[in-house]
Amino acid sequence: MSLFLRLLFRNKLAGLGAVVLGVIVLLALLTPILPLHPPNATNTASRFLRPLSEGHLLGTDHLGRDLLSRLLWGTRLSLAVGFAAALVAGLVGAAIGVMAGYFGGRTDNVTMRGVDMLMAFPYILLALAIVAVLGPGLLNALIAVAVVNIPFFARNIRGVTVGIAHREFIDAAKLAGMGHTRILLTEVVPNIVPVVVIAMSTTIGWMILETAGLSFLGLGSQPPQADLGSMLGEARSALITAPHTSIVPGVMILLIVMSVNLLGDGIRDALDPRLRSGALARPMATTRVERAQTPAPKGEGLLSIDELETQFHVGPRVYKAVNKVSLELRPGECLGLIGESGSGKSVTALSVMGLVASPPGVITGGAVRLEGQDLIGAPYEVLRSLRGRKVAYIFQDPLATLHPLYRIGDQLTEAIRVHEPVSHAEAHRRAVRLLEDVRIPNAAARINAFPHELSGGMRQRVGIAMALANDPDIIIADEPTTALDVTVQAQILALLDDLRRSRSLAILFIMHDFGVVGQLCDRVAVMYGGRIVEAGPTAEVLAAPAHPYTKRLISCVPELGGGRRVLAAIPGLPPAVDRLPDGCAFAPRCDKAQPDCRRGEIELEGRARKVRCLYPEGAS
Amino acid sequence: MTLALKTMDLAKTFDIGQRLIGPPRAQVHAVHPVSLEVRQGETLGIVGESGCGKSTLARMLVGLTPPTSGSIEIEGRALDRADPAAFGRLIQYVFQDPVSSLNPRKTIRQILEVPLRLLHGLRGAALDARIEELFDAVNLRPEFLDRYPHEFSGGQAQRIGIARALAASPRILILDEPVSALDVSVQAQVLNLLADLKAEFNLTYLFISHDLAVVEAVSDRIAVLYFGSVVETGPAEKVFAAPRHPYTKLLADSAPVVGRPLGGAQSGELPDPLNPPPGCAFAGRCPRASDLCRAEVPLLRAIEGDQFAACHHPREC
Repeated sequence: MSLFLRLLFRNKLAGLGAVVLGVIVLLALLTPILPLHPPNATNTASRFLRPLSEGHLLGTDHLGRDLLSRLLWGTRLSLAVGFAAALVAGLVGAAIGVMAGYFGGRTDNVTMRGVDMLMAFPYILLALAIVAVLGPGLLNALIAVAVVNIPFFARNIRGVTVGIAHREFIDAAKLAGMGHTRILLTEVVPNIVPVVVIAMSTTIGWMILETAGLSFLGLGSQPPQADLGSMLGEARSALITAPHTSIVPGVMILLIVMSVNLLGDGIRDALDPRLRSGALARPMATTRVERAQTPAPKGEGLLSIDELETQFHVGPRVYKAVNKVSLELRPGECLGLIGESGSGKSVTALSVMGLVASPPGVITGGAVRLEGQDLIGAPYEVLRSLRGRKVAYIFQDPLATLHPLYRIGDQLTEAIRVHEPVSHAEAHRRAVRLLEDVRIPNAAARINAFPHELSGGMRQRVGIAMALANDPDIIIADEPTTALDVTVQAQILALLDDLRRSRSLAILFIMHDFGVVGQLCDRVAVMYGGRIVEAGPTAEVLAAPAHPYTKRLISCVPELGGGRRVLAAIPGLPPAVDRLPDGCAFAPRCDKAQPDCRRGEIELEGRARKVRCLYPEGAS
Repeated sequence: MTLALKTMDLAKTFDIGQRLIGPPRAQVHAVHPVSLEVRQGETLGIVGESGCGKSTLARMLVGLTPPTSGSIEIEGRALDRADPAAFGRLIQYVFQDPVSSLNPRKTIRQILEVPLRLLHGLRGAALDARIEELFDAVNLRPEFLDRYPHEFSGGQAQRIGIARALAASPRILILDEPVSALDVSVQAQVLNLLADLKAEFNLTYLFISHDLAVVEAVSDRIAVLYFGSVVETGPAEKVFAAPRHPYTKLLADSAPVVGRPLGGAQSGELPDPLNPPPGCAFAGRCPRASDLCRAEVPLLRAIEGDQFAACHHPREC
């Protein structure tokens, strides 16, 4: 709750809205005990008194009634009707939406089509029709406004409920013996309450306006009862001669609606988990660089990463995702980078081309040199011309990397034409050839397919074709086969291996275990807690792992053909990179750890074969 | 040996393009009639690639999806009504994604209470004692009970998911890819925990996974699914070592094994489920396919001993 308030008041406008609305609500609540004239006492002798007249702070209206008193009583009524309408519309709409979304199928179809029909009427027409049937009066206006707004809530809530109804915890609740009613009340509803609150807070202003509109037309509150809409309606005839009678309720409506909307937006931003996690913050085109010094160039590889440090700054916390990582990739070589989630392997790969989202990502040190040119801190234009042309990426989920609304051919030709000004026909020819290169059968026809029309394996082939579009020297493949089935994985790996030989590509292959890496990569580096703990030729590392983590990682992954067995698990959890322990990050899980493992900096030692361990395996 | 679970011709057909009135536009046979027998105390591994119907089969077994035809027997008693609560006391489910299987707005204690209250009518001190006992069984500290799911790592959340399944005191656990969302170093912890629990509570497991090596490591017997049908079953040590069905052979060759050269890159994809081929669904990708395979669906039959395959031309070993 205090987090919610802090988030809410971080937004200054929302704070202003809350203060203004608070004052108005307070005044409305205190109206009965304030020393005011009775709101309906007429005194035709003193009609149309200007504001600041004696005894009438805001003047009087056409019947000589005190405007201040009528304004406060009217505000009280308008606010009450608006809130009540929002509450009714919210509750009824949410109930309809939850039912339709949870039960789905025919229930959903019938109710939602009914709601659609309600939406097809212009709202004022619908409200007029309802009032016409029920007769004028404030209560009927309230009903009309609520009914008109039910579809908005029903549709919103239905969408959210559909998402929740298919979550696994609902299935788990069914298996635990819960009935539908209980599931709806205890599992579904608590998860949609924030959405209902958000929807209400953003629409309550509208409802107050709509109620005022009906009262203005004479269909809401009946004379002599004052509400803001009827005050405006009565003042209409004297708009020119006594403008203050219109301006006073008008300003009040403006203040209420504006403060409600500002506050509503603030509540939405504070409650919506997506916005809270920073989805509104637009990432910069390249990762922010705050580098104190640049290490001197030493490697001569095609791509050399020197002492790279990438951090995420989230509030007061600093996540050291990549901590002084050095890697070298030679032409035509395949380097495997292995690590569990959170080890920093993907962030290392994304840092190369400045693709880490900023905020919160910051590159705080090191250098990434492509053929000797430092890419860290390079201008966006330089990076852009290199992205795809020199260094291309293949990601895990091809469905997420391909645009769902464009044909794969259009996406491929676009990728080609970004870097090379060739004609459409030429680009199309090249696109077909690329699809043939990645062995998509019937490429000339498949080029017109949309991503969703292809299977996972075919999509990943398109992803590879995209990466190859501009004949890059380096491909960074971030778990390209994790989302695929084993038979498809084997096909994709064989394809990558062929391509790298026929095009002499260098590949940085990122993976979470050794299985595939052992078959594809020449050299391998193992990351743990943001650092490289071991590196060397794949066969040597696999045959005789030097770091205890590497050794245990290899043995805890079963391999086919081993038969039934007890697996050698690693106890404990990988470390959180915002509070890394002193010394070796693996020490808390290591059965060989000594007191000096938990102190100071442990260096990565060795030349071809490197290990960051004081007591490496095999050494006595 | 007694049978823990038996299915007879269990099948599921999904309607595609349901209209408000009238028949659907098309039908997909997600699971062709499947007959399985799982013995008491056994672990049956079920492998198959995405779209092979393994999750639909699992959901039918726990009553979350009503079968189109066929029946399920648990310990000799028929369960034909799709009532998850009736199933719940006998058979429980451990989900793939441990975090999304826990309601984010409930504490762990509230989550664990539900099956104990509703299925076993526990209240008060007995309830608390049982919760602590379960938590201890999955090696979690009792102070975690009053926290919310987002405070846990994947491995811990999966232990909570297992504890919830155990709370119903079921005879059979269906484990649907229980470790594929976990980090490799945590996978082995959970697999070993499952093995311990099985011995302690005398459980029967159905272990569903796409990871052949994991299935081989934990199973007594393995069933291979392809395109909604069981194509091969047999003892775990034989199925991948000496596969009889060409598809099992393809799977075994595709699994990454360190040191083996990259290969097994046969092309081919699953047939279109809206327009399934006549005959064997694998014929289009099979090196041994004959005219017979393209015309007639092969039935699951004993090839040698307790190894069964649905193939007209099984491999010799």
